[in-house]
Amino acid sequence: MKGNEFAAPGDPLPELPGHSSRGRLERVLRAGEFAVTAELDPPDSTDPEEVTERARVFDGWVDAINATDGSGANCHMSSVGACALLTRVGYAPVMQISCRDHNRIAIQGNVLGAAAMGVCNILCLTGDGVQAGDQPQAKPVFDLDCMSLLETIRTMRDQSRFLSGRAITTPPKVFLGAAANPFAPPHDFRPLRLAKKIAAGAQFVQTQYCFDVPMFRAYMDRVRDMGLHEKCFIIVGVGPLRSAGAARWIRSNVPGVHIPDPVITRLEGAAKQSLEGKRLCIETIQEIREIPGVCGVHVMAYRQEERVAEIISESGVLRGRKPWKRLRDETIEQASNETGPRQMGPDVVVKAAGGETVHHQGRFQQ
Amino acid sequence: MPVPSAYEPAGTGYVRRSANRFSVRRWSVRHARLLEHLYGIFAGALVRLHWLWRAIGYHRVEKPMIPVERAIKGFMFDCRMCGECLLTSTGMSCPMNCPKGMRNGPCGGVRADGNCEVEPDMPCVWAEAWTGSRKMVNGDLINDVQKPVDHSIRGTSAWLRATSEAAAARESRGHEGQ
Repeated sequence: MKGNEFAAPGDPLPELPGHSSRGRLERVLRAGEFAVTAELDPPDSTDPEEVTERARVFDGWVDAINATDGSGANCHMSSVGACALLTRVGYAPVMQISCRDHNRIAIQGNVLGAAAMGVCNILCLTGDGVQAGDQPQAKPVFDLDCMSLLETIRTMRDQSRFLSGRAITTPPKVFLGAAANPFAPPHDFRPLRLAKKIAAGAQFVQTQYCFDVPMFRAYMDRVRDMGLHEKCFIIVGVGPLRSAGAARWIRSNVPGVHIPDPVITRLEGAAKQSLEGKRLCIETIQEIREIPGVCGVHVMAYRQEERVAEIISESGVLRGRKPWKRLRDETIEQASNETGPRQMGPDVVVKAAGGETVHHQGRFQQ
Repeated sequence: MPVPSAYEPAGTGYVRRSANRFSVRRWSVRHARLLEHLYGIFAGALVRLHWLWRAIGYHRVEKPMIPVERAIKGFMFDCRMCGECLLTSTGMSCPMNCPKGMRNGPCGGVRADGNCEVEPDMPCVWAEAWTGSRKMVNGDLINDVQKPVDHSIRGTSAWLRATSEAAAARESRGHEGQ
């Protein structure tokens, strides 16, 4: 599958039979390719460029970009806003919805808004507790849980109805995802919980960080016994650890992350810990890829986003496939050579003219 | 007595409670099989008395029933009176004690020792629910997907609601049979 055939920015792809969305991620997965997704932390800013800049480091290496929704209960630009900006220029975002911050009325409204802005993938999360973040004084909402959230959006999509039964004229055609944590107790319930999420509407899952491949293998054995891997695309979360100290901090401060002692010992023993962290991440990806039922990896490299491309490239998971890449730079060069700055959009003008034309194009600035 | 909010640990806010505050709740989970049996008998008796409740009027019975239900379930399960009791599907561990209000299983934040992400000394109510459900005859009900909580019926009697629903179901089955 070639990525660039879908290049028209912002436009959804043509509908395909057997697909619930018009997005790139679902196509890649249904085509049987090994999918790669990455995580983008929306900025603490109103500058749209900051969002697209953060996406740019993944250019040509990932099939979809998750825009987190107040990750770790910390406040950032909303996932809806970040995703709307990303779809404008052609990226395939996965919008995350956390039940912690919105009640069912807000959530259903946001789903419609996001779908209208071209969002094709939604990840349904319960969300970390407010105690984990920078504003523990907040009122935790948790009106729905991830399961009823999945069911709600599935009803909106498949039956064109709100939870109340009221009709929706154009339903949100979205590919529905959920999170899974195979590494948290009660371990024997986890595969059943995945089955429950599938029953509620999950079409793909992205897992918590995998640092313990044997534990993940045991989970996948159960998942395959139950036939769940045939009903749902399983994308495994991975990420580079910066150092043994960082690993210890994550283990005790980030809810739900399981890092076994041997991983930390290995990092401690390395001459350059960040390099060893990257190597460990690549090895994990290569081991995971061989586990039957695994359909992709989700690379979460918080504050090391620039490493994602190297990790994917060196792991070789794409097997030569080239995901969609924004053709932005060539467009700018072409445009400035051929037509001059006046007929171009604001961001092109600013980039091409190094900021000087901003004054002439002042009406775009609001 | 005000109905406590479903999202805060009972009566305390997010203050850490000592582990022994949960001993009655944990006893109930350990005896989930016995409680399931006893509740079956009790629920059957309530349904058999449907004619009586209907004669008096369910809304009139509800008034004295609420404090009784709250006292018993509050003591045994730290019940939050959500109004749509799930205890028989959740191993006799009340899911409304989950600070995230999870109605469908444990979140991904459960600590390695099986305790809650939000309240570190509290055993995860869903880890407990899983343990309790394994002791019960109909423990596999834990695998059913639950609808969102109806917050408009919080504080009402789940016993009476279950009774009237069971009676209605029995009657509609009776009509079908004729």
